[in-house]
Amino acid sequence: MIRIDHISKTFLDRKVLSDISGTFEKGKCNLIIGASGTGKSVLLKCIVGLEQPDSGSVSYDSRDFTHADKEMKTEIRREIGMLFQGGALFDSKTIEQNVMFPLDVLTKMKKDEKLERVNFCLRRVGLENINKKRPSEISGGMKKRVGIARAIVNNPNYLFCDEPNSGLDPQTAVRIDELIQEITAEFDITTVVVTHDMNSVMGMGENIMFIHRGEKLWEGNNKTLLNSGIKELDDFVFSNKVMKALRPA
Amino acid sequence: MREFGKYVIFLGSLFVRREKFKTYYQLVLDESIQIGVKSTFLFVLVATFMGAVTTVQTAFNLVSPLIPKFVISQVVRDMSIYELAPTIMAVIFAGKVGSSMAGGIGTMKITEQIDALEVMGINSSSYLVLPKIIASLLMFPLLVVIAGVCAIFGGYLAGTLTGIVTPTEYIQGIRSSFDPYTIQFALIKSVVFAFIISSVSCFKGYNTRGGALEVGVASTEAVTTSVITLLLSNYFLAELLLNE
Ligand SMILES: Nc1ncnc2c1ncn2[C@@H]1O[C@H](COP(=O)(O)OP(=O)(O)OP(=O)(O)O)[C@@H](O)[C@H]1O
Ligand SMILES: [Mg+2]
Repeated sequence: MIRIDHISKTFLDRKVLSDISGTFEKGKCNLIIGASGTGKSVLLKCIVGLEQPDSGSVSYDSRDFTHADKEMKTEIRREIGMLFQGGALFDSKTIEQNVMFPLDVLTKMKKDEKLERVNFCLRRVGLENINKKRPSEISGGMKKRVGIARAIVNNPNYLFCDEPNSGLDPQTAVRIDELIQEITAEFDITTVVVTHDMNSVMGMGENIMFIHRGEKLWEGNNKTLLNSGIKELDDFVFSNKVMKALRPA
Repeated sequence: MREFGKYVIFLGSLFVRREKFKTYYQLVLDESIQIGVKSTFLFVLVATFMGAVTTVQTAFNLVSPLIPKFVISQVVRDMSIYELAPTIMAVIFAGKVGSSMAGGIGTMKITEQIDALEVMGINSSSYLVLPKIIASLLMFPLLVVIAGVCAIFGGYLAGTLTGIVTPTEYIQGIRSSFDPYTIQFALIKSVVFAFIISSVSCFKGYNTRGGALEVGVASTEAVTTSVITLLLSNYFLAELLLNE
């Protein structure tokens, strides 16, 4: 379980996040939703420590991360797997080396053990026979899946995904969502997914946090989502035709 | 000045929270191959031609029959060792290796590859930058030695083929009143230059913000800043090491 308490973040004179609190539960897919530019990625970066929040704290299973010393931070980080918005694969390495990288630097596993684990993870995300290719030679959806494979290769306790299915066709998008859900349940990890895709929200929203202009306006799940009675959330949810049809009278 | 402060902090960050020694060993090896082997051809080419041109120019300017011919190769030797090999090659090194370091690291920055390293608990600056600096410190002096030899050899070719000097005169000039300290001086310079170029370029790359456009800007800035810094330090080193 991850807890965030009163997180605020300002860039220069622009307040991006103000006083956000909440919990992300273990064994579930926790969603952060909101329109583009509302600060979802920044919130995620504050949670994993890539950005230092101006105030507030983050704790991982009641270990205070924000105020931890270097060793503690590194220890917690080694339990984190993260899929970045753009994949963030290392261009200079092959797919195999990319996925193996966390094992190379974080573990003392033997070469063939590592290779076995890498192949297992690549199979898990439905990719085979691309071990020797480079990131520039595979498609966007494949990059996302390689990113997931790299994020889970070291058996993380916490998995973060920043828009895992943006820019993908609906079928692949659903497949990636399912994959993330399966992995979360299978390994009983705490997963946090940032998204503005309504399909994903309805499909895997067991615990949803809605952010609007840097503020948390609502939290709930995909069943209570449609009856929130909050105007900003309704605007966000019912912006497309399919969702409009579902709108309660 | 603020930029300089950030640069100093950046250098400090390279030495905290490092990875296993073995990781660095492999990385330094890779970088050395990248930097060393891939620059050798250009260095040999440029140095040889510069040696040749220096010979022809010097001969053209020494018109007095009172000056013996072997002075030409003496001039070529000293020019090559003092300036052509270390300084001019450093400028070329900045253009070729420095800009690609800044571009490479800048791209990694904007595509979140550096964030990915940080999330894994790796000190990205030392992981990416330290091997590049160490490899430069190892390879650049070596390249300078090669360049020096090539420049003198280029001078020999140009001098003898055009009949400006005879082979014996040229060799005599190279050997006469040779001060081994000049080589030491060239090597000291090359180590300093290698450090300036690699660290400044990586610093510029590491501080890239934005998109592809800014990566281009970063690599251009890497070249200009490191060239200016190395020319200044060249002057101070000459003051410091040559004026007793
Ligand atoms: N390093 C930074 N410096 C200054 N401003 C930033 C920085 N990072 C993000 N911002 C600003 O913070 C705001 C929120 O950005 P963020 O990337 O979190 O949006 P987002 O909700 O993830 O949007 P999207 O769905 O498009 O990814 C943006 O307006 C952005 O300009
Ligand atoms: Mg984002």
